[in-house]
Amino acid sequence: MSVVFHLFLQSSRLAKKRAFLTIASIAWGTVSILLLLSFGEGMKRQFAKNRNSTGGNIAVMWPSETSKPWKGMPPGRPIRLTLDDVDYVRDRMPELQSVFGEVTSWRTNLAYGPKTVNGRVTGTQWVFGETRRHYAKAGGRFFNANDEAEKRRVVFLGDELAKDLFGKEDPVGRTLLVNNSPFTVIGVMIHKRQMGVYGGPDQNHAVIPSTTFKALFGRDRLNVIVIETHEPEEMAGALRHLNEVLGAKLGYDPTDERALATWNIVKTSQTNRNVILGLQLFLGIIGVLTLVIGGVGVANIMFAVVKERTREIGVKMALGARTAWITGPFVLEGLVYTLVGGAAGMFLALLIVTPLGYVPIEKNAVLEFLGRPTLSPTIGLVTAGVLGLIGTLAGYFPARRAASIDPAETLRYE
Amino acid sequence: MAKDARRDRPFDGAIIRMDGIRKVYDTGTVRVEALTGLDLSVEKGEFVAIVGPSGSGKSTLMNLIGCLDTPTEGEYLLAGERVAGLSRDQLADVRNRRVGFVFQNFNLLPQISALENVALPLLFGGVPPKKRRERAAELLAKVGLGDRMDHRPTELSGGQMQRVAIARAMAMNPDILLADEPTGNLDSTSGGDIMSVFSDLWKAGSTLVVITHDKSLARRASRIVEIRDGRIVKEEREATGDPRAETGLSASYTH
Repeated sequence: MSVVFHLFLQSSRLAKKRAFLTIASIAWGTVSILLLLSFGEGMKRQFAKNRNSTGGNIAVMWPSETSKPWKGMPPGRPIRLTLDDVDYVRDRMPELQSVFGEVTSWRTNLAYGPKTVNGRVTGTQWVFGETRRHYAKAGGRFFNANDEAEKRRVVFLGDELAKDLFGKEDPVGRTLLVNNSPFTVIGVMIHKRQMGVYGGPDQNHAVIPSTTFKALFGRDRLNVIVIETHEPEEMAGALRHLNEVLGAKLGYDPTDERALATWNIVKTSQTNRNVILGLQLFLGIIGVLTLVIGGVGVANIMFAVVKERTREIGVKMALGARTAWITGPFVLEGLVYTLVGGAAGMFLALLIVTPLGYVPIEKNAVLEFLGRPTLSPTIGLVTAGVLGLIGTLAGYFPARRAASIDPAETLRYE
Repeated sequence: MAKDARRDRPFDGAIIRMDGIRKVYDTGTVRVEALTGLDLSVEKGEFVAIVGPSGSGKSTLMNLIGCLDTPTEGEYLLAGERVAGLSRDQLADVRNRRVGFVFQNFNLLPQISALENVALPLLFGGVPPKKRRERAAELLAKVGLGDRMDHRPTELSGGQMQRVAIARAMAMNPDILLADEPTGNLDSTSGGDIMSVFSDLWKAGSTLVVITHDKSLARRASRIVEIRDGRIVKEEREATGDPRAETGLSASYTH
C-alpha cells in the first residue's frame, strides 16, 4: 500500500490544471445531487408538518347509511350520532388518546361592530383544541372543560376569520355576535397550512363548546366524530372496535364499513409519505446521474492519462512493478479527484442551502407547500457513498486498462 | 552431454539457459515466427553481444530473456529458475530481482528526479526508504552523476540519461544486465562513455547481454552471438582475450 501511495504522489505532481477541471466537474455533480436531495428533504418535512397540522393519528367519520342488513333490518338505514354517543364511546374505548364529536353550523352570522361575516361555527369538546392543533396565539387560549360544562359563550377563531372580522385589532376579550348572541373571543389560532381538511380550512371557522352550541342552535346531531390513537399502528384496530361499540348501540353490522364514512388520516399519511419517498428517489436518481457524468469525466481523463503514460507504465512493469502497484495509483487518483470534488461540492451546497433556511416562507402559498431545502446527515451519507462508488469505478476501469498493457509491446517501439 | 541430463541439474552457473525456444506472434491473420528453435546459454560473468539485422528476432529474444514475454515453446531457465508458468506478479518479481534493463531511449520517468528514477526498482523490491536513497545515491556516484541526483531527466544529456538508466538497472544487484541498443541514441563520445561503463561493470563481475548494431560495442564483448531469421547463425569468442585476466577476477568463474 505504501508503494502505491508513493507512486501516486510521484505521478500526481503533474496535470494540476486537469486535476482542477476534473474536481470541478465532480464538485458540480455533488452540488446538484445535494441540492436536489435537500429540496426533496425540505419538501418531505414541510409535507409532514402540513399533514400533521390537521391532526396526528386521527380518523374522521361521517355518520352515513348502512350497506348491510342487520338483525332483520334492511340496508340503507341512516345512522345518526349525537353528542351523547361521544361520551358513550369514550367510556367504552379507554385505549383512545381522545374522541370528540363536531356539530357544524354553516353560513352563520358573525358580527363585530359594523362588520358582518357569514362563517362556519363548529361546536365540539375541549380535547379538539390539542388534537386538531388549534393552538392559540399569545394572549389567548382554547376553551377548556369548565367552559364546556358551564356552557360558556366563548369562541375560538381561525386566524383568517379573525382577520376578516377584526382586521388589525386584537380580537381576544372582544365580544363577537354569533347569530346575535354575544360571545367572548378567547383565542385566535396560530397560522398553519393544512394538507387535508374536512368541512373547510381551520383558519376560516369559529369553534365553540358543543354544550353552548346545543343551547344556542338546539342541535346535537354530530356532523363528524373523530378518534385519535396513541400510535398510528393502533388506528385499524381502533376503527374496528369503534364499529363494534357503535354497531351494538345503534344496531348495525360492525363489519359494515359504510355506516360510518371514514377518513383514516393515518392511512392517507402513509400514502403521502410513499409519494414523497418516490419523489425523493426520483430527485436522487437525477442527482446521481449528474454525478455519474462527472465520474465519466474523471474516468475519461484517467484513460487519457493511462494512454499518455503507456510507456511509463511499461517501464515500471519492466522494473518489476506488480499489477497492484500499476493499478493502485490510478484507482487512488480517481478516488482522490472524486472525494476532493465531493468535499468541495458539499461545502458549496452548504453555502447555498444555509441562507435558504432564512428565507421566510410563512404566508407564501408556494413555499409553505414546498418547504425549505434541507440537508440531513442521511443525504450527506448517501452522497458520500455515491461519490465513493463513482470514484472507485472512475479509477478502476482506467487502471484495468493500465494493467493490461504489455510491456514488451510498449518498449519495442520508439 | 545429453540435453535431458543438463536440464535436470538445478543451477550449474548458467544465468541464462534456453533450449529450443520458439516464439510465434499470431495476429489471427498473420503468423510470424520470430524465433525458430533457439538455444542459448550465458554463464555467470559473461559479456555477450547479440547482433543481427533488423527483423532477425533480436528484440523478441531480449523480451524473452528479460521475462517481459514468455516463449511459445521451449524451456527457459533464468538463474536456474523455470520462467514458464509464472504469474504476472511472479514475473514482475523475477524482473525486479534478476534483470536490469537498459533501453535505447533510456525510458526514464520524466517527472521525477534522477535519484527517484534509480530508487524505483528498490521501491518495487521492498527496500525501505532510507536505504533506497542511500543505494540510489551510491549508484549515481558510481556512474559519475553524484552532483546531478536531483536533476530531472529532461535536464540531463543523452549520455547522462543513459548512465542514470544503467544505475537504475544495477539498483537491485541483478543477475544479468540486459541492454537493447544502449548506444543507439547517443553521439559517438557519449556512446564511448557508456561502453566504458559497461566494460567497468563487466570487470567488476556483472553478467551483461547487449543487443547492438554498434560494432565497437560488440567488440568489447567476450562473446558475439549473431542471429538471423530467428536462430543463432554464428558465435565467436573474442580473441582479444578476457580483460578480467588482468584484474584477477577470472578465477571466480569457469567456462
